[in-house]
Amino acid sequence: MRNKFAQSLTQMAAENDKVCLLYADIGNRLFDKLKSVAPERAINAGIAEANMATMASGMANLGMRPFIYTITPFTTARNFEQIKVDLAYANEPVVIVGTGSGLSYANLGPTHHSFEDIAIMRVLPNMQVVCPADSLELEALMPQMLEVEQPTYLRIGKKNEPLNYDDVPDITLGKAHVLQPGSKVLLLCTGTALQIGGKLHDALTEKSISTELTSMHTVKPLDEDYLQKLGEFDLVVTLEEHSLIGGFGSAIGEWVIDHYTKPVNLLRCGIPDVFIDQVHDPESAREKIGLTAEDILPKILNKLEGL
Amino acid sequence: MSSEVNNTIAKIRHQLVEVSNKNKVPHLACSLSSVEILYTLYFKVMNIRPDSPQWAERDRFLLGKGHAAAVLYSVLGQRGYYAPEEVMTLGQNGSPFEEHPGKNPPPGVENISGSLGHALGLATGMAKAAKISGLPSHFYALVGDGELNEGTNWEAAMFAPAHQLDNLTVIVDFNKLQGTGRSCDIMQLEDMEAKWKAFGWHTSRVNGHDVDALYEVMKSERIQAGKPRAIIADTIKGGGVSFMEDDNNWHYRIPTEEEVENVANELGLSQ
Repeated sequence: MRNKFAQSLTQMAAENDKVCLLYADIGNRLFDKLKSVAPERAINAGIAEANMATMASGMANLGMRPFIYTITPFTTARNFEQIKVDLAYANEPVVIVGTGSGLSYANLGPTHHSFEDIAIMRVLPNMQVVCPADSLELEALMPQMLEVEQPTYLRIGKKNEPLNYDDVPDITLGKAHVLQPGSKVLLLCTGTALQIGGKLHDALTEKSISTELTSMHTVKPLDEDYLQKLGEFDLVVTLEEHSLIGGFGSAIGEWVIDHYTKPVNLLRCGIPDVFIDQVHDPESAREKIGLTAEDILPKILNKLEGL
Repeated sequence: MSSEVNNTIAKIRHQLVEVSNKNKVPHLACSLSSVEILYTLYFKVMNIRPDSPQWAERDRFLLGKGHAAAVLYSVLGQRGYYAPEEVMTLGQNGSPFEEHPGKNPPPGVENISGSLGHALGLATGMAKAAKISGLPSHFYALVGDGELNEGTNWEAAMFAPAHQLDNLTVIVDFNKLQGTGRSCDIMQLEDMEAKWKAFGWHTSRVNGHDVDALYEVMKSERIQAGKPRAIIADTIKGGGVSFMEDDNNWHYRIPTEEEVENVANELGLSQ
């Protein structure tokens, strides 16, 4: 996804002289093209993420459209107070790009994991939270980042994530995207967890269980029109590569509590309340915590049996 | 200084004491140390249009030490951004004159403040954006000495010289006291001038209560091409009110009616 981010941003910067990038001394050659297209607008802010967020606010205040970029925990958790005050409260249209989100950097250990970022970003007023599933969703959503006059948190992965589409999908910021319609089980996915959702969809369909597969790339604001139909399903499953505390599944749960008079059967799948270390790659980390289609399928079947 | 300058400065000081008493707003001493700095900026140095606060090419002042918002409000009132009396609503329900400037402040206030260590980064980002877009504005950030405990200031302090931001000036209100004690006993800030110089800033040190001296170092002729500018203003916390000077109780204390009257007498403003 990060290559697609650099490519899309370069194109946007070529077309719009307000678009600029601040990065915290990462990316090595990732932004070479951008640097040739707009050298003065590709700014290495140094390994100083707090100041990077604040400077972006100042730049946006003067009419620029900054994207700030580094590894997720360093541009969400480390500089959270700068984001709260200078971006969210000031309501400046800055895009905070966290790369290597969730378990993308599994092998680098808990310092580089981010299971808390959706939670701490969505709690901020004015902040949009966008989690594309793959580089094709990212490509579709990138130009839409400039259509809103408020801050956005853009949660992306690392590289070579499996694709969920054959081509760039026709998706809209703030709107759920149904990939496969169904009626009994709803798989509500955000970010790279859409991959797991796709596998579960195939497995359930094979068992003749009608299953809807949906990408909720925008966690905030939630697509409330779409969520109206949650009650029509026997079971709603949320999937995310984020802590079960405060993330996407929590957001759906809160929405259900606030808007439904009848209970909705909800199964939330994500990362349990633990740090994860001594793992080799994202796949081994997911296996360790049971965040795979193979682990989740029996849970869904159990739930359905109990209904 | 002319008597007119003295008179305006006295009015500002008196209003700070009066509004603190009226609305029970603390941080009086922190405001008093910055009076001459802000007066010099708004009356002598900055390229501004009080009748057109959003004029695109204006110079901008970014307030650090947001707890000293009262002094900015009072100076802006005297400068004609609004009627000086409006400042007397400071801290009241529904007033844009918040104890820490918010998102919907009175005209002339450029930034949200209250959390320390943001103003210099904001000014640095603005100065960088102005360089990219060719905006001729100059950006001034005021920071307190206690505020310099926050590491974000030093992140900006390293960025600005690397980008030759000569459209940026930081002014340190160095009153030697912070919330609970002597600044340099808590975090060693000296040699303040050498610190900024070592970071690559064109630096000067000046008596922060002397308008003429402040003007000398702030005027545009003193800008050195390719370098951001740091002005270390030596000040006295509670400066200009004899019984508050260098007494840290006035970081939080609210003056009594009698004390307000004493201040009016001392400033030659009693009616």
